[in-house]
Amino acid sequence: MDPRVNAMRLETVGLTKRFGDFVALDQVSITVQPGTVHALLGENGAGKSTLVKCLSGYHSADGGSMILDQREQVLASPTDARRLSIGMVYQHFTVVPGMTVAENLLLATGDITSIVRWSKVRAELTEFMASTPFQLDLDARPADLSAGQKQKLEILKQMRLRPRLLILDEPTSVLTPQEADEVLGALRQRAHAGECSIILITHKFREVMAYADEVSVLRRGRHIASASVAVVTQPMLAQQMVGESETAALPIARGVTSATTPRLAITDLHAQGDRGTPALQGLTLEVCAGEIVGVAGVSGNGQRELMQALTGQRRVLAGRIEVSGAPFSASREENRRLGVRSLPEEPLLNACVPDMTVAENLSLRTFDQAPSSQRGWLRAGAVRALAGDAIAAFGIRTRGPEEAIRQLSGGNIQRVVLARELSGTAQLLLVSNPTFGLDFSATRDIHRRLLEARNGGCAVLLISEDLDELMLLADRIAVISAGRIVLDCPAAQADRQALGAAMGGSTPEPQPAPARPGVTGCADNEALA
Amino acid sequence: MNDIVLPVLWAVLGGAIRVGTPFLFVSLGECLTEQSGRINLGLEGVLVLSSMAAFGGAYLSGSAWAGVALAMVAGALLAGVHGVLCGLRRVNDIAMGIAVMMLGTGLAFYLGKPLIQPQAPTLQPIVLGGASSSAQLQAALSINPLFPIGVVIALALAWLLANTRWGLIVRMVGDSSDAARAQGISVNRVRTSTTMAGGAIAGLGGASLTLFYPGSWNELLSSGQGLIAIALVIFARWRPLACLWASLLFGGAGALGPALQSVGINSAYYLFNAVPYALTLLILILACTPHRRLQGAPSELSVQR
Repeated sequence: MDPRVNAMRLETVGLTKRFGDFVALDQVSITVQPGTVHALLGENGAGKSTLVKCLSGYHSADGGSMILDQREQVLASPTDARRLSIGMVYQHFTVVPGMTVAENLLLATGDITSIVRWSKVRAELTEFMASTPFQLDLDARPADLSAGQKQKLEILKQMRLRPRLLILDEPTSVLTPQEADEVLGALRQRAHAGECSIILITHKFREVMAYADEVSVLRRGRHIASASVAVVTQPMLAQQMVGESETAALPIARGVTSATTPRLAITDLHAQGDRGTPALQGLTLEVCAGEIVGVAGVSGNGQRELMQALTGQRRVLAGRIEVSGAPFSASREENRRLGVRSLPEEPLLNACVPDMTVAENLSLRTFDQAPSSQRGWLRAGAVRALAGDAIAAFGIRTRGPEEAIRQLSGGNIQRVVLARELSGTAQLLLVSNPTFGLDFSATRDIHRRLLEARNGGCAVLLISEDLDELMLLADRIAVISAGRIVLDCPAAQADRQALGAAMGGSTPEPQPAPARPGVTGCADNEALA
Repeated sequence: MNDIVLPVLWAVLGGAIRVGTPFLFVSLGECLTEQSGRINLGLEGVLVLSSMAAFGGAYLSGSAWAGVALAMVAGALLAGVHGVLCGLRRVNDIAMGIAVMMLGTGLAFYLGKPLIQPQAPTLQPIVLGGASSSAQLQAALSINPLFPIGVVIALALAWLLANTRWGLIVRMVGDSSDAARAQGISVNRVRTSTTMAGGAIAGLGGASLTLFYPGSWNELLSSGQGLIAIALVIFARWRPLACLWASLLFGGAGALGPALQSVGINSAYYLFNAVPYALTLLILILACTPHRRLQGAPSELSVQR
């Protein structure tokens, strides 16, 4: 068969999807030309995922139609989509963690002989893999693979089905820039060879500009514009995405601070991961008052364990953590005395009691102190009054302080935690992926609060998998790889390529970072301001 | 010295098979159930109910093997209750397992009242040591005819889980229900059917209790062996063949007390009888730490998440 025939042309006409009263997709009409990479841009909640879930048969549309190669088709289930050769790579991994690469690839095809002849299957898989740009060990288990390798496995699973339309939902969110380039480059090559058409959901402009042929922008369920990538500019796309003239810029000015006193000093920290494997292996890092130190890295390199070790959720095997010169073990008393506050990732899970009210969650740091309690008795009125103040000050959208916190949206949960953690005088703020899954305005709000804290003299440790966020906010960027800081440089001098190389574990170019990286970092920040 | 050590050794070896056989069947049943991502604590209830059913079946029909068949059916049905109910939304399999355990033992006690006195035909042992002159050797090599079946099931399960479509699907469901759903597989159907199959296998353990050793029905028959067998699965790291060795180890530990008694060591008899329970505790302590997850555990097990 001529491979050029394989790629699919897809057209949606007035596609509409409602969830109750909420219109998730409103009359969306886009066209994907055969053999092209079509990028879908939009904020969280813009309807990208709903659109591709309709295309892959997970949702059935309430209105409009889908035309595949000039023929109208109704997709009632993922099986229909598969029958029509539409493949989908999900944002989160759908590989089976306890099964080998070979077993995962075999399961993906769906048609398995009732008795598996492994010698024959392995030969087929080896041959198949040789025909793709990705090479993986057939006997490896996903638990042992890096995020990049897992993503390749996801894509291989779909490629094995020879899809005519391949949909990828943020495939590069956990990859280093180099891995992203490799994966997207290979996919683009396939598309241009006419083997398949590709829909790429992303929020990274760089990837759109470099790898897509056409781009469609969605906002609040509406199709805003479609254009050839050759004629669009990044500010144009950003404008279309957010609707207003908000673009990626600092929400407030970076004030001049003198970051010279180390507030947090981590020396040679060791800790284990969940499966007993070493997760932190001699991590050393300093954060000074009045600076934001960004920790960049591909997820799974010890970020989670670092945050847990700092907040007392994980046992420290060896090494020292000092705050303002005093040994720190994250006890409630130390947190209070030294002004250590934290904003962990997945705040509903790690920083809230989901079934308690907003007011109760806001008081978790202070409920046992005056004025919230007196002589061992809680004073509900005082707790509620403090909560009311915080709700107003941080613009938390809730039906009231008595609403259970799990009812709130992600952005508002994050605001509640931030309001609690920034109340009083925070000296050291530990933050992990603070804007993951939040929309533009919430993200901007959180960024502003973090900068305000920094300008006020707070030391901020910001662990984030979003490099753009770190480049925007941080004064200094440290790269974590395999549980160590492998690169530490002022953000103004940080270069995406060098950061990416360090994140990927390759030895970075010699940096002006001596044996004690923290010392160089704690320079006067006026130069950067 | 030899006339003490050798008989004890033989008795422990024989006991390993005799006492270990129920462990083997229950742990294989639990292993299969857990491979599909669900825990069935109800297998203790399955063990008690199926041992009663086996005895009743053999008593009423006059054939021990009819009792074995009835035990498997009873085991599958009770496990099926667990399987179906756990498929409902917001049902916790641990809590449901405890309920099924109580249901199973309660039903067995209620229905089994008239079976405490009578004698039923029992399974005839396979005698391997007939040529030997040693009485102990003969006793040790009189093997429960269900034991070879258990070995075959263990081998078959290990092979099936690795080399068949059925096995791969069961493991996928146990490791990532999302991935299975994305393949259009009904997670509930797979789990319910493996839970029932696991119940049928565990039912063989019940049959072995009433139809071979000890060979009669009473309400204290199981004394928690079903629960020990469930702990064995963790020890065996969810591998069917390891279940076989673990069961023999536990069987041997259980046979230690009677073996020592048979050569006249009566002191601390009850202490030696407690060895399997102490071993269970020891294994759980060694296998579990708060700092890491268990290797080899199916990711969908509710204790893993």
